[in-house]
Amino acid sequence: MSATTPESIESPLIRLEGITKVYGSGTAAVHALKGVDLKIDKGEFVAVMGPSGSGKSTCMNILGCLDTPTAGAYRFKGADVGVLSRDQRALLRRTFLGFVFQGFNLLSRTSALENVELPLIYRGIPARERHAKARDALKAVGLDGWEYHTPAELSGGQQQRVAIARAMVIEPEVLMADEPTGNLDSTRSREIMDLLCSFNRDRGVTIVMVTHDARMAGYAGRIIRFLDGLIDSEEPGRRHAL
Amino acid sequence: MIWETVILALRAIRRNVLRSFLTVLGIVIGVAAVITMVTLGDGATEQVRADISSLGSNMLQVRPGQGFRGPGGVRMFAERFEISDAQAIEREIAGLQAVAPMTDQSAQAIYGNRNWSTSVMGSTNDYLAVRDWPLEQGRVFTEAELKSGRAVCILGATIVKELFGDQDPLGAFIRLDRLSCQVVGVLASKGQSSFGQDQDDLVMVPIRTLQRRIAGNTDVKAVMVSAMDGVSTETVKGDIERLMRERRRIPVGQDDDFHVRDMQEIVSALTSTTRVLTALLGAVAAVSLLVGGIGIMNIMLVSVTERTREIGTRLAIGARENEVLMQFLIEAVVLSSLGGLFGIALGLGAAALGAHLLGMPFVLNPGIVVLAFVFSASVGVVFGFFPARRAARMDPIEALRHE
Repeated sequence: MSATTPESIESPLIRLEGITKVYGSGTAAVHALKGVDLKIDKGEFVAVMGPSGSGKSTCMNILGCLDTPTAGAYRFKGADVGVLSRDQRALLRRTFLGFVFQGFNLLSRTSALENVELPLIYRGIPARERHAKARDALKAVGLDGWEYHTPAELSGGQQQRVAIARAMVIEPEVLMADEPTGNLDSTRSREIMDLLCSFNRDRGVTIVMVTHDARMAGYAGRIIRFLDGLIDSEEPGRRHAL
Repeated sequence: MIWETVILALRAIRRNVLRSFLTVLGIVIGVAAVITMVTLGDGATEQVRADISSLGSNMLQVRPGQGFRGPGGVRMFAERFEISDAQAIEREIAGLQAVAPMTDQSAQAIYGNRNWSTSVMGSTNDYLAVRDWPLEQGRVFTEAELKSGRAVCILGATIVKELFGDQDPLGAFIRLDRLSCQVVGVLASKGQSSFGQDQDDLVMVPIRTLQRRIAGNTDVKAVMVSAMDGVSTETVKGDIERLMRERRRIPVGQDDDFHVRDMQEIVSALTSTTRVLTALLGAVAAVSLLVGGIGIMNIMLVSVTERTREIGTRLAIGARENEVLMQFLIEAVVLSSLGGLFGIALGLGAAALGAHLLGMPFVLNPGIVVLAFVFSASVGVVFGFFPARRAARMDPIEALRHE
């Protein structure tokens, strides 16, 4: 990464400036983002809300370095992500970002332990160390004893815990969670949220979470609402109020 | 990383044994066909070679007329050989072990009320030396018998069995057409030749006996010559050709009206046939390997589509393009290599069985086994590349959204 601006204590972990994203071209062009400015500091827990088509998913994809903006600057730890190649962005993701999806996205017919080991394999970490780290990560999400179960043998809540362990095993700077409780009942959802909060609080991991559910958003420190490709409003979450 | 991927690929294959097996069936059949054909071909060649060396590897045949000619070759009228030609060869050419003029014709052999249609061959005792053919019992012809063309004969093992059964043939008189002939010896059994002929189905008489008392002419069909050990058959062949051209007064520039064949020539004539056959079957097998490769490509494409979400997940957690490419490429290679190994095992098994049933030697050709394996692995590389590239180039966002 070529850092054009040196990282300082004041500079935020994530900074979006005038981000636009246009799909298609000409009259069929869809303006998904129309100039978004956003700062997220290290250690924050941000919930992103908004109706479908409001641009929140597009924004998440850009934040997660899965997509590139049409215009505007995205600085991650002070470095310009816009100039990175596809492979460089992959390296950035495997080093700094953890992902949790609504549909869990675990490899089927593969044990929980192997699922958690996956990002470590791409990092080239030797097998022994990998096993140890994956076990620790599973323990941290309360799944010790379930290492050799495949996703089909686990409940939805347990599967999401495996996914969180997979995201956390690389000790990421940012955890990107896309509707992590979307497929879970309210009890499981609360458990998952408590888990995320504890990682945010105890390990200082920055969390950016998309959700439809205001109760889940309430766990965050800050709630950002998208509307028609722009940030409509920002408000503190419940934790902030407490 | 590569080793991990190989293990992952093996695991994926084990999860879907039936589909994996059907996928590589084309490769299995192709490789098995190549291995079977080449192994059997080698066995056949080896057998021909062994048979011919049992005829005597230092043996040459001199015959009137021209040698093997392709279609359209003109067969000229050729003056026949006589016993004097054989005598001249024996006298003039150095380095010879034995020289035997021979001629043969078919005849009825009759003993008591038994009757057998066979080939009567007239030659000298040298014929047995040339062919390295020992007697089972009795004796060879005497000088006097050979010179004056007496009615004596030596029987092949098949004749003894057909005419005498368990009786002792020595001293008995058999009839060859109208000639009554005393049995003085019995040849050891030689079995079938590589052309499927029964070599033991013959009656041997002194050459003059055959010429004068059965055939009624002075023809010699061939002169069999064996060179001494350490004497090159090439040299002997050249010497005989020069001598015969002189004796037959063939002007310079005109083709020989006789030919000298050494065993090497016969071996190569026979093995070239098997080689053409092997090449032809090899081509058929190559086509089936191509079809097998397309089968692998097809299934890999299906697999890539099925696993779109998995690919998306891998890309999201930081897999680079090349890493995804390698994963699917290795899967294809592992699949096709397994097919290759299976095909090799099947092919060798079939070849061993075939060799056993056909009574041929089983010749393992390690070169072709290695080649077949390398080839099947490369089929995986070639036909796995396109699906693997498709996987590697997926957009992670699209892939994650895929249902």
